[in-house]
Amino acid sequence: MPALLEISGLNAWYGESHVLHGVDMVVGEGEMITILGRNGVGKTTTLRTITGILRKRQGVIKLAGRDMMQVPLHRTAHHGLGYVPEERGIFATLNVIENLMLPPNVGKGGMSLDEIFELFPNLHERRNSPGTRLSGGEQQMLAIARILRTGVKVLLLDEPTEGLAPVIVQRIGEVLKTLKERGMTVVLVEQNFRFAARVADRFYLMDHGKVVSEFPVGELPDRMDMLHKVLGV
Amino acid sequence: MTMIFGVPVQALLGQLLIGLINGSFYALLSLGLAIIFGLLRMINFAHGAQYMLGAFAAYLLLHFAGIGYWPALILAPLIVGVLGAVTERLFLRRLYDLDPLYGLLFTFGLALTLEGSFRYLYGASGQPYATPAALAGGTNLGFMFLPIYRGWVVVVSLIVCLATWFLIEKTKLGAYLRAATENATLVQAFGVNVPVLLTFTYGLGVALAAFAGVLAAPIYQVSPLMGSNIIIVVFAVVVVGGMGSIMGAIVTGYMLGIAEGLTKVFYPEASNIVIFVIMAIVLLIRPAGLFGREA
Ligand SMILES: Nc1ncnc2c1ncn2[C@@H]1O[C@H](COP(=O)(O)OP(=O)(O)OP(=O)(O)O)[C@@H](O)[C@H]1O
Ligand SMILES: [Mg+2]
Repeated sequence: MPALLEISGLNAWYGESHVLHGVDMVVGEGEMITILGRNGVGKTTTLRTITGILRKRQGVIKLAGRDMMQVPLHRTAHHGLGYVPEERGIFATLNVIENLMLPPNVGKGGMSLDEIFELFPNLHERRNSPGTRLSGGEQQMLAIARILRTGVKVLLLDEPTEGLAPVIVQRIGEVLKTLKERGMTVVLVEQNFRFAARVADRFYLMDHGKVVSEFPVGELPDRMDMLHKVLGV
Repeated sequence: MTMIFGVPVQALLGQLLIGLINGSFYALLSLGLAIIFGLLRMINFAHGAQYMLGAFAAYLLLHFAGIGYWPALILAPLIVGVLGAVTERLFLRRLYDLDPLYGLLFTFGLALTLEGSFRYLYGASGQPYATPAALAGGTNLGFMFLPIYRGWVVVVSLIVCLATWFLIEKTKLGAYLRAATENATLVQAFGVNVPVLLTFTYGLGVALAAFAGVLAAPIYQVSPLMGSNIIIVVFAVVVVGGMGSIMGAIVTGYMLGIAEGLTKVFYPEASNIVIFVIMAIVLLIRPAGLFGREA
């Protein structure tokens, strides 16, 4: 599998506070990897640094072989990186359709509105509501849907199941399976590794701003005890 | 003579019209301020000076290039708007990451510099600017005499206000502006060039001020201090309306213009302060303003 996203020796700072201490990660084309780790180990920071939102950074980020370190923030999406933030980032002053249509198209192969509404029927029903009137689950669907529309190559997805009811988590799992079938490359941050096990090919475990271990989904059963201890779940 | 509440109808309607005209300027100016504040999070103290620049641009176009009112109505806001955009690129952009006080001080200094320069060049007294021939004269409405130019000001400023509202609330560009107002970083991560959006927004707000300036030229004359006279009231309008809302800025502008006009009829002594009294009351009851969202 050719590497689509390569990260090595990634360091990042919030002001003076050094948060990432050399993160290494390789994601193959069409692969779905999951980043695990306790609260505050730097999972969100890793995604924010890859997208270029956090710019005080050092190291290597390559997308399809291209150096992304010099690319300005408003161009990273055009190179194929799509970001769904942990706080979802649904805009209150935009209705559902406006939220959905907001991110510019950046590549071929994005989903059409019809496909989106087939995958997320709720969004169609609520299309004229203000974005933040949706339930938490619907907002998460909207946050994912609007990125799928754009035709990005890599989806960076930060804790999509956080705080959602089991049926909704189930639904998001199905959406991720569909994406995988379509060949989308996904970097998923998730505390719920049982959920992640249903979709992920590989896991990275982070601690203190570094990757401390990496293993394929097949090794998950053997590592259950260790993960329970490390993640405290 | 017909009377309403012990006041002659003519006087009432006359002041109502004056109130509506003042309200038109308040609405255009507070709209520009609200747009700029919404996205740039900066209070544009140069707004009054940019209104004055619009009037002077029309005056200078006429005297040096023989370009009359109608082309100037488009050209002057365009020129002043581009100057605003250049100001944003060269100066304001450097201040976004600093304390908001810096933007306030910079635009305040810019206003003083502009007004001082024009005062040096043209003196403090106003230059007349003729009403365009097509809009000269007046018409008798039966109950009052309406100078046509004033009617035009009310109509055209309402159209421009509503067009601006439409641009921001109903178009794709407006969706970018609204979203960037909420979370500029995320909009930028989606692939939108937010720095260019900021430049455009400042230019648009400034162009609205300049447009108001051109409209004002035939009514109030073209003078270096015309902006500083009106801008204090406009800031009060913005406080009453609340910074957050586009429609709020428009509606409040007209409402307070009319309130001012009516006060002139019923209690003339208070007409100069009525807006500030309303501002004080609103601040006590609803600090975020009538249309503002509680932060
Ligand atoms: N804006 C910020 N300014 C300063 N420090 C921050 C900021 N955001 C996060 N941090 C710190 O950086 C570290 C990593 O935070 P990050 O949000 O990446 O953790 P996380 O792994 O995503 O945690 P969670 O599971 O709670 O989402 C934490 O110690 C956090 O306190
Ligand atoms: Mg996080």
